[in-house]
Amino acid sequence: MSNIYLAIVLCPLIAALIAGLCGRLIGRAGGHTVTILAVGASFAMSLLVLRDTLATGTVFNEPVYTWLVTDGVRMEVGFLVDRLTALMMVVVTFVSLMVHVYTIGYMHEDPGYQRFFSYISLFTFAMLMLVMSNNFMQLFFGWEAVGLVSYLLIGFWYTRPTAIFANLKAFLVNRIGDFGFLLGIATVLAYTGSLDFATVFGRAPELGAQTIEVFAGSPWSVATVACLLLFVGAMGKSAQMPLHVWLPDSMEGPTPISALIHAATMVTAGVFMVARMSPLFEQSEVALTTVMVIGATTALFTGFMGVVVNDIKRVVAYSTLSQLGYMTTALGASAYAAGIFHLMTHAFFKALLFLAAGSVIVALHHEQDIRRMGGLRRYLPVTYWTSLVGSLALIGFPGFAGFFSKDALIEAVEAATIPGSGYAAGCLLIGVFVTALYSFRMFFLVFHGNERMDEHTRQHAHESPWVITVPLILLAIPSFAIGWFTLGPVVFGDYFGPAIAVAPPHDVLAQLGREFHGPGGFLLHGMLSLPVALSLAGVAVAWFAYLYRPGLPERIRRVLDLPYRILVNKYYFDDFNEKVLARGARGIGRVLWKGGDVAVIDGAFVNGSARLVGWCSGVMRQLQTGYLYHYAFAMVVGLSVLLAWVLSRG
Amino acid sequence: MGILSLLVWLPIAGGVAVLAAGGGREAQAGGLRVYRWLALAVAVATFAMSLPLWTGFEPATAQMQFVERLPWIPLFRVEYFLGVDGFSMPLILLTTFLTPLVVIAGWESVKERQAQYLAAFLILEGLMIGVFAALDALLFYVFWEAMLVPMFIIIGVWGGERRVYATIKFFLYTFLGSVFMLVALIYLYLQAGSYSILDFHALPLSMNEQIWIFLAFLVAFAVKVPMWPVHTWLPDAHVEAPTGGSVILAAVLLKMGGYGFVRFSLPITPDASGSLAFVVIGLSLVAIVYISLVALVQQDMKKLIAYSSIAHMGFVTLGFFLAWSIVGRTGAVPGIAMGITGGMVQMISHGFVSGALFLCVGVLYDRLHSRQISDYGGVVNTMPRFATFLVLFAMANAGLPGTSGFVGEFLVVLASFQADFWYAFLAATTLVTGAAYTLWLVKRVVFGPVANEGVAGMQDLDAREFLVLALIAAGVLTLGLWPGPLVDVMTASVDNLANHIIQSKL
Repeated sequence: MSNIYLAIVLCPLIAALIAGLCGRLIGRAGGHTVTILAVGASFAMSLLVLRDTLATGTVFNEPVYTWLVTDGVRMEVGFLVDRLTALMMVVVTFVSLMVHVYTIGYMHEDPGYQRFFSYISLFTFAMLMLVMSNNFMQLFFGWEAVGLVSYLLIGFWYTRPTAIFANLKAFLVNRIGDFGFLLGIATVLAYTGSLDFATVFGRAPELGAQTIEVFAGSPWSVATVACLLLFVGAMGKSAQMPLHVWLPDSMEGPTPISALIHAATMVTAGVFMVARMSPLFEQSEVALTTVMVIGATTALFTGFMGVVVNDIKRVVAYSTLSQLGYMTTALGASAYAAGIFHLMTHAFFKALLFLAAGSVIVALHHEQDIRRMGGLRRYLPVTYWTSLVGSLALIGFPGFAGFFSKDALIEAVEAATIPGSGYAAGCLLIGVFVTALYSFRMFFLVFHGNERMDEHTRQHAHESPWVITVPLILLAIPSFAIGWFTLGPVVFGDYFGPAIAVAPPHDVLAQLGREFHGPGGFLLHGMLSLPVALSLAGVAVAWFAYLYRPGLPERIRRVLDLPYRILVNKYYFDDFNEKVLARGARGIGRVLWKGGDVAVIDGAFVNGSARLVGWCSGVMRQLQTGYLYHYAFAMVVGLSVLLAWVLSRG
Repeated sequence: MGILSLLVWLPIAGGVAVLAAGGGREAQAGGLRVYRWLALAVAVATFAMSLPLWTGFEPATAQMQFVERLPWIPLFRVEYFLGVDGFSMPLILLTTFLTPLVVIAGWESVKERQAQYLAAFLILEGLMIGVFAALDALLFYVFWEAMLVPMFIIIGVWGGERRVYATIKFFLYTFLGSVFMLVALIYLYLQAGSYSILDFHALPLSMNEQIWIFLAFLVAFAVKVPMWPVHTWLPDAHVEAPTGGSVILAAVLLKMGGYGFVRFSLPITPDASGSLAFVVIGLSLVAIVYISLVALVQQDMKKLIAYSSIAHMGFVTLGFFLAWSIVGRTGAVPGIAMGITGGMVQMISHGFVSGALFLCVGVLYDRLHSRQISDYGGVVNTMPRFATFLVLFAMANAGLPGTSGFVGEFLVVLASFQADFWYAFLAATTLVTGAAYTLWLVKRVVFGPVANEGVAGMQDLDAREFLVLALIAAGVLTLGLWPGPLVDVMTASVDNLANHIIQSKL
């Protein structure tokens, strides 16, 4: 059985190598054929794996090879395939396959065509290694490898200064997260002696009982320290405040990877990781509260920014940030299954929204400003309808996938009792309104209303080719339908089984599950609830302000000038990072270099000692003048002193 | 003649032969230039002959292997005593692997006195192998000092504009350190009655004696590593050295310091090492944090990589000296061997990565004759294959998993957490700072639009350059994806050392 797992990960890797190293040899068609076949094969095999785990519930957990053994610690590369993994594998390979096909249309004029396919296949490999890992080391491998590919893809158009700034920024911000992640792994190893998931999770209660003094005199639970550090890693990868700053800038990359990496898969790695670590997080309420508060804050405050940006991709990016915040909040409420469920539905509808945005961008010749769009529903019917499905799913319109996942998630947070859940629930509810507002603001500005583009662009606006529209349609189907038949088993049933562990006092989903009687009942119940009302209100406000009274937003902006400026400046996070942190680090470096190395060490000590030797020899040289009478005089003086000394001793 | 003797003397004899073959100017002016092929043949033959060290190595024992022992100066019981264990064998292979690459890299780019240049590297190779293989302290010292001569010549003759300042600084710094070591070695000889390093290991010493001996060794090895604050010779030496000189300097010569700690300081003076470990750990952490920030603001590519080397070598010394903090904190030994292993792997990896980065700078320098970052920009547009390699090596330098640069740092961070949370915390800052200075360099040199006409006219790698970089890239990836075999050959020696050092000699 392990062969199929190997094949699933190796297919995209081999295809990536072929497309990357022999790109010129196999040509453009060869490039996309080999990678699509490989990812398609991975998808098909992932479905088989999912069917298998559904049928038997068996968990595969075996090493592939031993990376190294030192000090009795065996570090291995190996696979853990349970239902959590299987779900992630299907989501990853499916979205990846859609994006591969879409790329044929989106990138067809690009000179780096094969290189692009190579990168996205390589990404698929790395992401699969991440979700299939059975130990912390390989998780970190996959974690950094997806970061590498993200770096390469954000900077894909390497001649653009903004792109190469954004990819450096993304890598470094992620590295801050990885810094915490690595220390978290070190904590786990130090207190369990193992990096293997099964072993570590088996000893999770011990971690909760032991203490560590990070600051002398204040013992903290090891589980708290480990989980907080691991969560810093999740904050980097899943772009939680204040490490969210890289994600909007990552939109400099080509749109297909925004859909694949920066919406559907890589950015959800943090959410996946926390869910995978549920046995550890359950040991620490401090950690859970932190996760929940940071998630909720991200969900609300990044949503606000989505209301004021005008770049079509950035609107979707802020929406992604906000939705990642929703997932994270669910994790903090111990509703891991709800978080993963939202991860799955979000992967479909957010990939759809990104790809639809890309379709709009292509149709308008790389115009991305929504103020210069409008009325596009006549020109782009398929994109219009699929976008509508995606937007309705995003705002949680009853019956759509996002409705089931978001409603379950919010109810779980409302039911949670750990500290901070009240704040979190409030943030999420306001967030629902904000989500609907920015989503339909964009939707109306792009597809309805006046046609604000120039004449030339309008004449050339046309629906995209089938390689673009077919993935849109294929993604729209699950964006609508997936919730109906998965909500029960995944969120309220025992789909995950032992893959996710929840301590009984925290188990809000089990409480909710007792009142759950199928998706139909859930739908009826949900339609009368506050979230649906809020999201409909958001749509109504968007319609009123952007279609019915188009002058209104400008007036509001003038009245609320200060909040507007704060939002447009992204809460000044970027300014702080660039002007204080980056400039500060360079300033310290310069001081240490010029002051420490050059002035003190080299100037005072190294060259100083050389000068001292020079000075001493200069002094000594004075004694050797070469004049006989100087020497004679010295001899006389010396002789007299010696004589006096001898005589005085008597 | 044993295999180790062959490895020491073949390159030295080959170097002399290359000098003879290429002595005259007319021999160097001709098209064929036989001496180049001779030099390459010697270097490759040496590498081929070093492979049996790996295949014939018995990993289960910490005993010295491939031992050769003959009397040399019987009056003082000085011996010609060679042998390798899990510490020295990988370092010898690193040396024999890199020397042919340096010969190939100097194939076209060295115009003046090429035969002498190649000969210097071959002789240097033999002496470096001698340092790693010597088990007699005086023999070790002879190789150790003799090694300075070819390096001095390489920088002084083929170096840049300020080469005289750099060579004098390099020489004085390292020589000053070595003199202290000589005093310590003579004292140990007087106590032990022989120059055998293995006898030194078993020699009981009082705490007072240990402290003085430890400090003498520390000066010698800290300069070589180099550790803060005796590191300032390195950036100057690197900047002035020719490409090959920088490669060997960073890849092998710096490892002498780390090797000295595991061969001399730790086993000979374990108690002093323990009581002064905080000094070494402190200096290592300063190197990692302080030097990384200094690297961030360098304008000269070679200086940046030189500073990065110092920061990376900080992990080596950190890993070696964690033992006592771990025992003190947890009362148990797990973690000690991991730290030492991490330090060793870091040394091998740094040999690959820093060597490769200096070769990359050499490739750029051959084309534009500038080391200034600001003279480049958008190199990927004209040199895509080169850019691929540079990004790979930069990622390795930033410690990306899957490359060799990750392995050592990972193990040392894991081990230092066992010792103290804050050691690990400070060491792990390299994840951010290391990525910052390396990738910022890549951004400014490789990415962006073509910056100027110089860059516009650059040719991509030729087959020779490609071969050199590809071979190192293979090493970097192999070691990153499967470090197990390397760690396995070291395990017995590492465990032996770990057990040895926590037993008091008092």
